[in-house]
Amino acid sequence: MTGLNTKNTKVAKTIKLFIGGEFPRTESGRSTPVYIYKTKNIYAHVCLASRKDLRNAVTAAQAAQPGWQSKSAYNRSQILYRMAEMTEAKREEFVEILVTTLGLTRANAEKSVDSAIDAFVYYAGFADKYQQVLGSVNPVSGPHHNFTGAEAVGLVGLICNQKFNLAEVASQIAAIISSGNSLVALLATEGGALLAPLAEVFATSDLPKGVINLLSGNTEELYKQFGTHMEIHSLSCQSKDKAMLAELRSMAAANMKRIVSPTKDLLSLEHLMSYVEYKTVWHPIGH
Amino acid sequence: MRTISIQRENGSSVAILAVPVDEVGAHERADFFTKRSIKKDSKLTALYMALSMCDLTTLEGSDTPGRIQQMCAKARYPVPPDLIAPYLLKKNLRPIPSVAAVCVYPSMVPVAVKALAGSGIGIASVATAFPSGQAPLEVKIEDTRFAVEKGATEIDMVINRGAFLSGRYQEVFDEIVEIKRACSSAGNEAHLKVILETGELGSFDRVRLASDIAIEAGADFIKTSTGKITPAATLPVTLIMLQAIADHYKRTGKKVGMKPAGGIRTSKQAIHYLCMVKETLGADWLTPGLFRFGASALVNDLLKQIYKELTGQYYYDKVFSLD
Amino acid sequence: MHTTQQNKIKATETNTAMGPNETFEYAPSIESTDIVKIAPKNKLFINGKFIEPTSGKYFPTINPATEEKISEIADANAADVDKAVKAARKAYTNVWSKLSGKERGRYLFRIARIIQERAREFAVLETLDNGKPIRESRDIDIPLVAAHFFYYAGWADKLHYAVPGSGLKQPKPLGVVAQIIPWNFPLLMAAWKIAPALACGNTVVLKPAESTSLSCLLLAEVLQEAGLPDGVVNIVTGAGETGAALVSHPDINKIAFTGSTDVGRLILKSVANTDKKLTLELGGKSAHIIYEDAAIDQAVEGVINGIYFNQGHVCCAGSRLLLEESIADTFVDKLKLRMEKLRVGNPLDKNTDIGAINSAEEHQKIKRLIDTGKTEGGEYYEPSSLTLPAKGYFHKPCFFNKVSSAFTLSRVEVFGPVLAISTFRTTQEAIMKANDTPYGLAAGVWSEKGSKIHKTAQGLKAGVIWANTFNKFDPTSPFGGYFESGFGREGGRHGLLPYLEV
Repeated sequence: MTGLNTKNTKVAKTIKLFIGGEFPRTESGRSTPVYIYKTKNIYAHVCLASRKDLRNAVTAAQAAQPGWQSKSAYNRSQILYRMAEMTEAKREEFVEILVTTLGLTRANAEKSVDSAIDAFVYYAGFADKYQQVLGSVNPVSGPHHNFTGAEAVGLVGLICNQKFNLAEVASQIAAIISSGNSLVALLATEGGALLAPLAEVFATSDLPKGVINLLSGNTEELYKQFGTHMEIHSLSCQSKDKAMLAELRSMAAANMKRIVSPTKDLLSLEHLMSYVEYKTVWHPIGH
Repeated sequence: MRTISIQRENGSSVAILAVPVDEVGAHERADFFTKRSIKKDSKLTALYMALSMCDLTTLEGSDTPGRIQQMCAKARYPVPPDLIAPYLLKKNLRPIPSVAAVCVYPSMVPVAVKALAGSGIGIASVATAFPSGQAPLEVKIEDTRFAVEKGATEIDMVINRGAFLSGRYQEVFDEIVEIKRACSSAGNEAHLKVILETGELGSFDRVRLASDIAIEAGADFIKTSTGKITPAATLPVTLIMLQAIADHYKRTGKKVGMKPAGGIRTSKQAIHYLCMVKETLGADWLTPGLFRFGASALVNDLLKQIYKELTGQYYYDKVFSLD
Repeated sequence: MHTTQQNKIKATETNTAMGPNETFEYAPSIESTDIVKIAPKNKLFINGKFIEPTSGKYFPTINPATEEKISEIADANAADVDKAVKAARKAYTNVWSKLSGKERGRYLFRIARIIQERAREFAVLETLDNGKPIRESRDIDIPLVAAHFFYYAGWADKLHYAVPGSGLKQPKPLGVVAQIIPWNFPLLMAAWKIAPALACGNTVVLKPAESTSLSCLLLAEVLQEAGLPDGVVNIVTGAGETGAALVSHPDINKIAFTGSTDVGRLILKSVANTDKKLTLELGGKSAHIIYEDAAIDQAVEGVINGIYFNQGHVCCAGSRLLLEESIADTFVDKLKLRMEKLRVGNPLDKNTDIGAINSAEEHQKIKRLIDTGKTEGGEYYEPSSLTLPAKGYFHKPCFFNKVSSAFTLSRVEVFGPVLAISTFRTTQEAIMKANDTPYGLAAGVWSEKGSKIHKTAQGLKAGVIWANTFNKFDPTSPFGGYFESGFGREGGRHGLLPYLEV
């Protein structure tokens, strides 16, 4: 991908949004340039997503969530593992974008891709196990069989840290979907060029359409839409902006959204626990 | 176990057991039949058999005499005999059979009767305010009588799902008895298929109960669906109905027929059904007198597969006809 | 008036039901064996390489469906076992214990993937060597094998979550583990043993059953392909003496054994005066309880699956059918009708339901027990319409109805397609009869009443209870027995505990 080659004969990839398993442009028609790091040369244009794009993404995520949750845990883990395989296959592309647009050294870019792959593998391995650690059979007094299981919360919104970090984004997405949630993620435009290979990984991993939706956009502009959308059951805000977080917490009152604050240990059970609900069932024991 | 008590017209009562069905187990057993691998001459046997069991169907608001005539021609000769004769001769095979019956709306029965004269192919008419069944009983009876008087040899009725789902089982039963009576009209005798519309019933327990009620009320065949909603016929739902038929046969010695309808488009699916019938009820039921496919697209897929068995090549519909 | 007589459907006249043949019988649909390449001699797999046995001796392995020799297998003696244990110890100390859980997991993921890719090859080989139908090895055994490796791969870096109280510290493995597996699910038993052992950080010396070593040796090729470090898994083939040498080797930390209760007893005694940890998965005489309010047709399938699947060579087979008396006759009639539809024959035929008994010895044992059963009483039944192939160790599925708890067939494990049927009248009696056995591996319960299922499950002394289903296996679900069916669990989080220092 050049743009600067004076011959200009290469065909450049357009970076669009990823909604419902497809790659639509933003309905607002707006875009913003992503530059070659520390230069004024444009690497590519990425979409500036609008409220309507968010609305469409939520609709897609809603439609996809029940089917995703009802897949066997084994199935979800196979799909997450395939994401790791696909990321590995696209290593060069990821590294090139990280180096060219975010200024990482080649070594750090490789490490970043390694960590993203680690994240997919980690949560692939957790998808059919966390239930055994988080769930329980409860010894209630009385002749009842009582068990608690961890279930998906439903539709999760993810506002990524504006300081784009590939490994973090991969970990957050993997943790959210491994337990059967669907997701709409907002990537800051700084890392917008990575939306393309990421979305392609998701699109080629047997993931049902609409389970993961990616928007590139202006966090300042869109965070309120995430915060007030009633169909979003849980909102993960990874931005370090305390004021934004406080505002989101307050907006959550409208539909009792669960708010997840910035997570430290991204490869952990504790992280996964942020995205599950507990259901307890009673049943009598008797002739 | 829970029983439903039904009063017969002659004053006696019959207790119908509400047989529970385990859904997961039913799905597993049905899935088993998709693993049967039917090849070579057993495949050819199955394809011929399936073709002879098809009720070629058109039930559209837009049906016209022309359409019906067209379909009846296809029913008689699914593929022009002269075109396929050389291949059959080479393998010393019987001619391609006609389908078992055509299935049309009552208004089209006279057209079908004329078009199929002398063929021996059955003329099935839907009746009883098909597909919804939401009409007064008198209308439904008249609907049936009309079709039979015009020459229908088979009646495919729908049960009253509103009554069934609200627990008015006696009413469901009585209606079937009335329609069965109306199948003998003007000196004609039609056999009665009772459509349960399994896709609306909500559970396998209910499908089983509806099957048992229909059989007690005099159904000659029980049928899964109208084909107007999804889900229509599936292997598991058909299995449940076959089990109702098996139990009835064990109790009374009477054989009731089965017709899965809607959603069976490929030869592969049809063969799975035949395996299921063979291994659940036995070879006696592998005849058009006791088993039918309610289908339209299936006929051409069967023909394509027959051509493949005869020649080794994959064919397209244009060799015989698209409709 | 219009006569419809000529249009009336006459089933057997103009529209003849049958096509080319007169009846719809299934033509043979034989799975090709081209995909499998079996060497005439199969060596031991020690320290990452295939090597000759010290004695130079080999023994034949037979295809039980044809009684023909497939290949020859190396006979490992004490010297070979010693080599293997040394290789495992070296690999443990120098390599495997130094890897992170994440890295161990990567190997297991890779192994799982390769098995998925070579699935058909494994399935055909398993059927040839074991005699089980190709449909079962293809659809049940091999997918479960891959799933077990996949499941335990994910635990390798999460062991601190598996053991409460670990905090952030990874629990420690035991060291070198000796594993001995049976012939009824050869590759699956290998997966059940190797996957958790490796995930926890142990190294392995495995002895497959002498009549079914081939699929384990093909697995060794996969381990090479996956780049598993030398010595992490070693396979020593042989019979009882090889097993004894392995069990008595001084430098092993743990033994995991699946097989007969008799051999289990011997092993238990032999490690009594040592520090070696032990888990045993032994025999069973599991009860299958059908209450009158069961979904009867599905229960019949469950019973059939429970005792005739895999030719009855299943430790948790539902070999005692306990019927509530009020439905006993109806149930038995349905069972008979269903059994007439079972297809016994060439395991490579995709339409075969029941394959060959694994060996001549097993075949004789089943026949002897049936003779015993006939002299003791009870009504013997075998389906009349089934015919057995002329060659091969085949046996008809059969049952004894109206047996008493005191009959041999109610107490002794047959390990074949033989069902013992008796009746009960109350829940309490069903539970009492089900528990009336020194074994305690599994049990089945069928009822549409939830509270009764729970009450019954609460009272049953069995390690696995299947309610309204049977013979369900999953890598996430712990499996193992009470009492003389052994101790320890395989599968699930609980399956890790025997391989860790807890």
